[in-house]
Amino acid sequence: MNAPSTPLLAVEEIGISFGGVKAVDHVSFTASPGEVFSIIGPNGAGKTTLFNLVSGVYQPKTGSVRLAGETVTALEPNLLAARGLSRTFQNLQVFFRMSARENVMVGRHLKERRGLLAHLLALPSTGRQNRESTEHADRLLARVGLSDHADTAAANMPYGALKRLEIARALAAEPKVLLLDEPAAGCNPVETEEIERLIRKIADEGVAVVLVEHDMKLVMRISDRILVLDQGRMLAEGLATDIRSNPKVIEAYLGTHGTREANLALD
Amino acid sequence: MDKARGGKQHGEPMPELLQFCVSGLTVGAVYALVALGFTIIYNASDVVNFAQGEFVMIGGMTTVFVAAAGVPLPLAALVAIAVAMGIGLLLHRLAIEPARGASAVTLIIITIGASIFLRGLAQVVFDKQFHSLPSFSGDTPIAFGGAAILPQSFWVLGGAAVIVVLLWAFFNRTLLGKAVLATAANRLAARLVGINTSFVVGLSFVLSAAIGAVAGILVTPITLTSYDVGTLLALKGFAAAMLGGMGNPLGAVVGGLTVGLLEAFGAGYISSTYKDAIAFIVILAVLFVMPGGLFGKASVERV
Amino acid sequence: MLKTVLAPRFAVPLVLAVLVVGLSFALPSNFYLRVAALVWISALAVIGLNLLMGYAGQVSLGHAGFFGIGAYAVAVLPAQFSLHPLLAALAGALAAGLLAYVVGRPILRLKGHYLAVATLGFGMLIAMTISNEAWLTGGPDGMPVERLTLLGWRVRGADTWYWITGGLLVIGAWIAGNLVASPTGRALRALHDSEVAARVAGIDVARAKLTVFVISAVYAAVAGAALALVNGFVTPDKANFMHSIELVTMVVLGGMGSILGSVAGAAILVVLPQVLTSFHDYEHMVLGLIMMVIMIVLRSGIVPGLASLLTGRRK
Repeated sequence: MNAPSTPLLAVEEIGISFGGVKAVDHVSFTASPGEVFSIIGPNGAGKTTLFNLVSGVYQPKTGSVRLAGETVTALEPNLLAARGLSRTFQNLQVFFRMSARENVMVGRHLKERRGLLAHLLALPSTGRQNRESTEHADRLLARVGLSDHADTAAANMPYGALKRLEIARALAAEPKVLLLDEPAAGCNPVETEEIERLIRKIADEGVAVVLVEHDMKLVMRISDRILVLDQGRMLAEGLATDIRSNPKVIEAYLGTHGTREANLALD
Repeated sequence: MDKARGGKQHGEPMPELLQFCVSGLTVGAVYALVALGFTIIYNASDVVNFAQGEFVMIGGMTTVFVAAAGVPLPLAALVAIAVAMGIGLLLHRLAIEPARGASAVTLIIITIGASIFLRGLAQVVFDKQFHSLPSFSGDTPIAFGGAAILPQSFWVLGGAAVIVVLLWAFFNRTLLGKAVLATAANRLAARLVGINTSFVVGLSFVLSAAIGAVAGILVTPITLTSYDVGTLLALKGFAAAMLGGMGNPLGAVVGGLTVGLLEAFGAGYISSTYKDAIAFIVILAVLFVMPGGLFGKASVERV
Repeated sequence: MLKTVLAPRFAVPLVLAVLVVGLSFALPSNFYLRVAALVWISALAVIGLNLLMGYAGQVSLGHAGFFGIGAYAVAVLPAQFSLHPLLAALAGALAAGLLAYVVGRPILRLKGHYLAVATLGFGMLIAMTISNEAWLTGGPDGMPVERLTLLGWRVRGADTWYWITGGLLVIGAWIAGNLVASPTGRALRALHDSEVAARVAGIDVARAKLTVFVISAVYAAVAGAALALVNGFVTPDKANFMHSIELVTMVVLGGMGSILGSVAGAAILVVLPQVLTSFHDYEHMVLGLIMMVIMIVLRSGIVPGLASLLTGRRK
């Protein structure tokens, strides 16, 4: 294959069923470096399941996932992470017993030196590694606006802050592809604006960002392309402007009688 | 459980097989009842009650001592069941309820403390000797298909069967039983529809205590009892419950019977000194293939 | 900032060293020194188990098996192969680690109560082998352990063992603290809270669990070897599930995820029975009662529970 035209992440015909229900049904999409690719759809459309399939948390029944041209279907999440795929979680998977800083340091795991003996005996290399990870974590916490919380136990942090903490943790691995599952959920308008700037910046640095988000205004502003899911199937895919005016999308989203709300939401 | 005719016997292969089956099922029925006790409490409260074996001990020991005081055996048995239920209630009110909301492992250690306490109590109130009860229908073995079966075995198996049926009826046919099931399914929802979940958890302790006590009374004529028989029974019952799949009553019964049979066959055909080992090797093998036990559902991680 | 990363790593071994030195002056007789040595030994095993349970969140109800392997290594190997007791202890630690490595992978795939019952069964297999293979181990009666001799010096006396075991404890606590504060330690604590997030962060969860399982098995084996050398005798009950449950109880009583708590938990369950012998028949009742009261009042264990009480009061 000719490398330049190959998208970084290519998902083809991926699918899974739970108890006979096709939660995700032959969905395909691609994401390229520097792009924000959004996946939208009503609740239960299969967005999070799609993320779980792409990130190796679930084993797909059909289809394939390719990362930088290599087939990585159903690879363990940690192996995918080593190949540059990182993600956040809709329902928060924070390390609650650890401080915010330590949470981000865990995200740095792949870049850390892993000699067990050096860790057990606290050899100088471990001290250097700890300092390096600490500094890196502090930079990322500053980047997501959580510097004040660095020493706070994650269990004591507010919801919106935890959403940003997950982003910082995911960034610590220096991913090439970043899957963000509702990063703006529970955020006030100011925080949402910060998140938007952050996502844009991440993409501008050459990361392929795949976004699942309910805040339609945010999605419409930030996305390069959008995929609409409904009951596990692809309803539409295209540029943000096309999706906004697609009647099928409006109908699926809010039902026929909800056109006014849909227009408001999509406006 | 050694007197349960588990030893090597002479004779034809078929009667021998039958002999092992009956002795395995007899012991297994006791494990099944202990496992059921675990399951009932676990479902109502998420507590793994390691004092479950002590209820078996209390049932047996109290019957022995009340009967020794001249009370007729059936009445002594009723007294023992009542005592066990009272202790089950006290265990819940004084040790589990005050620690409500503590982590699962903290609650487990509390029940281990309770089990040590109850063992110590039995040592003081009763004694440290082994005791037996007369068999309910005499000691003349019944010839059956070439095997000699103790009449008490039928009491144990029959008693266990009656308890399982009664439990089934309680959970499926009575309002109270349904309240327990509702609490097991969703504690918050149960509270929202007005079920007193604390009462339900207390009830589950009383119920489990009664089941354990009955098991202890039924099996004492075969296996003897003493203040410290509870520990091993709790362990076997726990293993049986896990083999079946934690929280599943059917799994508890099947798990208990399976562990009993494995021990009997292991002792009979392989090695009596390693009979516990054989049971645990099978449990390990099953869990490696079915990490949620025989009747456990494969869970999908929700993230 | 660096203070928070480094402080407990040095503070905990330092506190323990001060405790060991201080108690050596305070304890009035050899009997007390002996009990203290037993506390240090149990605490060493409990620290290892706490790494597994308190930090990585994986239960083991079979750790007495590893303890027994260490103890019987220093009993059997010198007797059968004239191996030096120290080499025997090393061999025991290696054997326990190797065994943990081999069985760890399938066992650690299990979760929660299923992991508990699997480790319980595995520990029982070790205990049963020890008490049934009497030709090698002396069976249920146990067997004597050759005295330790170092460069011609016979190690004996309660005070000597007090210092040796105290030193072992301080080293063990230091290593455990190092691990907790290292990338490996962070990986372990992470998988305790969310396995899926740990995996997404690039952590090989199966491997991390296996690592800490092996480490905790080695801690238990070293403690077992030390106990055998101190006592000059081994019995199979130290490999038994009751001892496994005792070790788990020490972890939870002292505080999950607290190294000082491990020492506190060990101290309670080693010292209390000695004190309670004066209660004669009421010994078990009082022990059980104290365990229940501690867990009800200090739910997260003695050290974390007291710490939060103290800081809460200060606020």
